[in-house]
Amino acid sequence: MIRGLIGGTVLAAGLATTVPGTGRAQSVPARQSEGTQEAQTASAPAPVVYINGIQPVMDHNIYMHALLDQFEARFGADGGQFRYDGQAWFGTDYDKLWLKSEGTVGTNGKFGDGDHEALYDRAISRYFDVQTGVRLDIDNGPTRAWGAIGVEGLALYFFNVEATAYFSDRGAAGRLQGSYDILLTNRLILQPQVEMNFYSASDRARGVGTGLSDIDTGLRLRYEWHRKFAPYIGVSYSGTFGQAADMARSRHERVQDLNFTFGIRTWF
Amino acid sequence: MSIRSLTGRGAITRRRFVIGTGLWGAALAVPQRSAGAYAPVYTPASGRPDPLPGTRFDLTVGSVPVNITGARMHAVGVNGSTPAPILRWRQGDTVELNVTNRLDEPSSIHWHGIRVPADMDGVPGLSFGGIAPGDTFTYRFPLHQSGTYWYHSHSGFQEQTGLYGALIIDPRDGYAQHFDRDYVMVLSDWTDVDPEDIVSNLKFQSDYYNFRQRTVDTFFRDAHRQGLGATIRDRLQWGAMNMAPTDILDVSGIIYTYLINGQSPAANWTGLFRPGERIRLRFINASAMTLFDVRIPGLTMTVVQADGNDVEPIPVDEFRIGPAETYDVIVEPTADGPYTVFAQAEDRTGYARGTLATRPGLAGPVPPMDPRPLRTMTDMGMGNMDMKGGMAGMEMGSSPGKPGEAPASGGMDMDHMDMKEANRPGAAAMDMPGMAAASRHKTELKPGVAVQSVAMMPINRLAEPGDGLENNGRRVLTYADLQATISGADPRPPSREITLHLTGNMERFIWGFDGKKFSEAEPIRLTLGERVRFVLINDTMMEHPIHLHGLWSELENGQGECRPYKHTITVKPGERLSYLVTADEPGLWAYHCHLLYHMEVGMFRTVVVS
Repeated sequence: MIRGLIGGTVLAAGLATTVPGTGRAQSVPARQSEGTQEAQTASAPAPVVYINGIQPVMDHNIYMHALLDQFEARFGADGGQFRYDGQAWFGTDYDKLWLKSEGTVGTNGKFGDGDHEALYDRAISRYFDVQTGVRLDIDNGPTRAWGAIGVEGLALYFFNVEATAYFSDRGAAGRLQGSYDILLTNRLILQPQVEMNFYSASDRARGVGTGLSDIDTGLRLRYEWHRKFAPYIGVSYSGTFGQAADMARSRHERVQDLNFTFGIRTWF
Repeated sequence: MSIRSLTGRGAITRRRFVIGTGLWGAALAVPQRSAGAYAPVYTPASGRPDPLPGTRFDLTVGSVPVNITGARMHAVGVNGSTPAPILRWRQGDTVELNVTNRLDEPSSIHWHGIRVPADMDGVPGLSFGGIAPGDTFTYRFPLHQSGTYWYHSHSGFQEQTGLYGALIIDPRDGYAQHFDRDYVMVLSDWTDVDPEDIVSNLKFQSDYYNFRQRTVDTFFRDAHRQGLGATIRDRLQWGAMNMAPTDILDVSGIIYTYLINGQSPAANWTGLFRPGERIRLRFINASAMTLFDVRIPGLTMTVVQADGNDVEPIPVDEFRIGPAETYDVIVEPTADGPYTVFAQAEDRTGYARGTLATRPGLAGPVPPMDPRPLRTMTDMGMGNMDMKGGMAGMEMGSSPGKPGEAPASGGMDMDHMDMKEANRPGAAAMDMPGMAAASRHKTELKPGVAVQSVAMMPINRLAEPGDGLENNGRRVLTYADLQATISGADPRPPSREITLHLTGNMERFIWGFDGKKFSEAEPIRLTLGERVRFVLINDTMMEHPIHLHGLWSELENGQGECRPYKHTITVKPGERLSYLVTADEPGLWAYHCHLLYHMEVGMFRTVVVS
């Protein structure tokens, strides 16, 4: 089907005529301005109407990504553990639904440290997003629910940071996370990482204590075989402090753990 | 009023109208003959883009099987080929193009650089409704101009996937420059990766395709060379901005294969010549994301045309061509050759390569790629590095010994409006309006989600060859060199200035003008017939080839009345430049960065002429 338009001749009126000798195209008034047009420019300009509502570019597309930052086996004096830590987001440049989840399956086969968050994420500055939503502690222990508010982004000097505060009828809690990529080569990357948890009140059932309750930190050397698939090896240290350490001792659990670890970092 | 008919002074002959007919013959013959010597054995679809003569054309957009990298892929092409067939038109004719879409998605063709009525421009939404699957759209428009142009899809990422072709309009009164042979040199970047994936990856990790970042190793090497203190200071300086000086091209040779006329470096497109002939090479950068640095070792290239318009001939060894720009050069090989046409990507992660030879199957030596450039504080909009404040800065851009340099006298007005082009004929624009502009705009534009940085001191960089080309011992074309062979069509001074900042946030892969994406911004409104000055300030650390549809952009490069008429102007990082536009054609026009992924994520404006 042909839906052609004949536009060629429309132009002729406003064309240049070339003056011989100078080679300069002399301007001919393109169109005598009509009264209606003058009137239009005087008032507020009419909004632009895009033909069939087609946007010439799609600059508000929705993108979706998931990052499994840690997916690893840990081996230490006390046997093995499996740990994962991942994030996923779905949305536009400014607004996203952000999901985070982490947890550890210990030697006892029990799922611990389960922390799952659903957040609304809003870009607020060049490198930072503010996130609000809920955190659910769901694992083999008692379930807890928190309200969450925090920031996540790239601090200056390329530090990846997350700082989140949590609130519930049990008090407040806070989490700081950071990591940094040291490029040994363009594919071999050494990443120090740390996560710290703070609580305003102890929760014996979940083994957390007032103040700095626990730290999980590691040093991982990954090889970016592909940007989206990087196996790694490393060491990780996890420790509990203060009240939380006392609780661990009373349960005959290790207060500190140093592990050799290997896993994969992947995203899609 | 200013459909420029740049047929040139002293036009000589009208003998070369159909020169193209045999031209792809050489291109055709080569793949088969060289197949033995070079690995990929295939008949590229691009072997068949015979120039189509006449004024009526039937073009069918459809899927084309290709094998560029060894993987069987499908490109989007025209009449079964990618690049699309060369269209050869004649100034003064009215052409009619019946474009049929055989894809299962909407398509379009935009005639890049061609002055057409707005409804013939081919941008879906702005100038027409696009071409639905199975539909035919007839474009019909008269040709008031001549020169080398190109055409490409303006729908989604079809341009990246192969829908582009050369377009030549022979001048009515013959060429200003005599030549014996004529080759189209379409540069492009091919990838087997889905463009949607590319943009999505960049949204997640903006340096996804950059495997040339600084590492621990380069830290120690730099420390050894320039001292530990200086190296640490340098690293901290970049770290304090969360930016990397290795940020050259967003998409690199990691996934791109760079092509000349659809042929990979291995396939080695070859153009034949006889020694002593004058060969016109029409370079068209039809790539999605790549700036190329072009040279032909052993030959001096005389640039005779930029963006389809004649310029005073400039002999150069090398030129940088941004996406969508075109340069016609003439070379005169006196020896047998073969000569390698070498077009390296700005980030030096790959190159396109072809050969000029006296018979098929020959290949000249391929030069090593130059060191990859590093961005500097000048690219970050901090002005000239030598500038330690004060009046020393007045010397900027006038360091002695640089080719094409004009004496730094006069024209140093701080106020752009006082600038009298006529008062400084031939002088490179030496004024420092950037400073005034910077102070004027600094308060208006602040860093934010869509603005990673604002250039504190954007400067005039028209006489600079560009990152990676300085002091390489070769004579490199600069924008300041371009002088039209005839003076501008519209002698009126501009009645107003429109200043636009080119902005972006590399970390988030957001690009726009004045910190706004297309969908967040009002259109730019021009009154029919008015003369305006566009001032562009590049706040980002990357080049942006800015393309205005439907109207000419007359670059104010200090060449007095003989401003080069361009359709695409590449703005360097940290640069401030200006150009004049006569709004002589009503309608809705696209105005955008021609880096495809920058455009698609928002570096786009609608210009309304009414």
